Amino acid sequence: MDLFALTAHQIMELIASGATSPVEVAAAVRARISAVNDRTNAFIRTYQESPVGASPMPIPIGIKDNICVKGRLVTCASRILKDFCPPYDAAVIEKIRAVGGVILGSLNMDEFAFGSSSETSAYGIVRNPWDLERVPGGSSGGSAAAVAAGEAVWALGSDTGGSIRQPASFCGVVGLKPTYGRVSRYGLIAFGSSLDQIGPITKDVTDCARLLNIIAGFDRRDSTSVDLPVPDYALSLRRDVKGLRIGIPKEYFIAGIQPEVQAAVMAAVAFFRKEGAIIKDISLPHTEYAVATYYIAATAEASSNLARFDGVEFGLRAVPEKSRKAGIVDMYEETRARGFGDEAKRRIMLGTYVLSAGYYDAYYLRALKARTLIKNDLDKAFVDCDIILSPTAPTTAFRIGEKASDPLAMYLSDIFTIPANLAGVPALSLPCGFDSAGLPIGLQLMAAPFAEEKIFSTAFAYEQAHGWHTKRARLDL
Amino acid sequence: MITNETVKYIASLSRLHIEEDRLPVFRAELESILQYIDQLAKLEVANVPPTSHVFQMENVFRDDVVAPSLTPAEAMSFAIDQHSGHYKVPKVIE
Repeated sequence: MDLFALTAHQIMELIASGATSPVEVAAAVRARISAVNDRTNAFIRTYQESPVGASPMPIPIGIKDNICVKGRLVTCASRILKDFCPPYDAAVIEKIRAVGGVILGSLNMDEFAFGSSSETSAYGIVRNPWDLERVPGGSSGGSAAAVAAGEAVWALGSDTGGSIRQPASFCGVVGLKPTYGRVSRYGLIAFGSSLDQIGPITKDVTDCARLLNIIAGFDRRDSTSVDLPVPDYALSLRRDVKGLRIGIPKEYFIAGIQPEVQAAVMAAVAFFRKEGAIIKDISLPHTEYAVATYYIAATAEASSNLARFDGVEFGLRAVPEKSRKAGIVDMYEETRARGFGDEAKRRIMLGTYVLSAGYYDAYYLRALKARTLIKNDLDKAFVDCDIILSPTAPTTAFRIGEKASDPLAMYLSDIFTIPANLAGVPALSLPCGFDSAGLPIGLQLMAAPFAEEKIFSTAFAYEQAHGWHTKRARLDL
Repeated sequence: MITNETVKYIASLSRLHIEEDRLPVFRAELESILQYIDQLAKLEVANVPPTSHVFQMENVFRDDVVAPSLTPAEAMSFAIDQHSGHYKVPKVIE
């Protein structure tokens, strides 16, 4: 098999045995980017970094374009940050560098992570390696597409409402949103600060556990970071699920779900039952309110976070052409009008509206209360369950343009991933089959806060018994 | 009900210039999203406390000690316009 198609742990074995070298691996992955990136558009830009000496994990990695890399262009796929090169590394980049990771470049995404299809980037749409006429999901669509296409051995994404898991599902790879606070967000350009987490997108569960070990941990510079010891997640890669309590929430199997997705997920349930897990039918009664709650809380936070893009400290500055005596407000309004795309404008305006005088109680405060109910549903469920199992998304990858003109239809594709962000719990998507069009289907596993180990052991048991993770997109044929 | 005037007002609060011919498009989109969001009105939440943060965190303080950080020059290095260590902006007061 080609080097670019291997997982990080397979590559590390080859390096250890002397069969290959970090330099050879980086060259193979770069050659793959040159060969296929014009088809996927997963990378916005690439660098020529070389592996340094003998380092513990000299694996080529792709970084979502909203994570700061010192001295490199970082734009959130937006025109408003067109020339921005951060003067510092994000905490996760320091950690990747500390183990010798080779940073390949910046991965495409929905502008400011606003989207579920990677169609809103100022650098062009990303295409799904399994079918170039379909979206890779979003907003970390570049990260998932790059890993699926062999353009990166593994990658970092960020997840505010499903932006790691839904693209992982659409691209047939593994993606984890860690517990809120598990990974430092220092250097992540903020979207919804009470929801955002950085996480791994990888080719299999073993790599996911390893990459989480590299990036997890307390960081004083992120005041929401949690000071708990980080376990060795590789030790949780055991297959034993006997006695594991798995909850199946009835609200996640709704009308509108693609029948093949439901069938694949139910087959996974049958597998766990056969392996001795205890399957429980559960109810998360406030699930139907999750999308509405999210689009109030997340846009409110986004409207506030994006106020910093004002044409003063960095990025774009524009003044109205006709007005010679433009004042500072004209400059703000013109800069933001030219710098942000339509979805960013929609979300900023929606967030501003729900926070504005007269609407705050009716929308924002009500959403924060609904968030409590949704979180309570999950907290209660985790008293009796170790894992909550569901589809990651209601469908497989949809066609490019299919939902682009209907923001609400796009928002509803996040219906199963949003609750984990609202509650702060960890959730992982892994491949669980293909539909009749040959598109990957994703299985979502959620657990209580900081119970990533349970997710890994459950996911590993399923993965090793099925082998979906060994299938690769054949986009070069 | 959202009108074109409402969109204009929200846009000005958001410091976004929206062209006249785009107002109806944003109006229709925001209206459909708000209609969907209105389902939250069905929820009984009078006695439910709000969750703005998933973990009950107190204020996070650090010791007041000097530590390395960006130099003023580094921090200013992407200033779009500057004058002797200050950001320069268009006229603020008429």
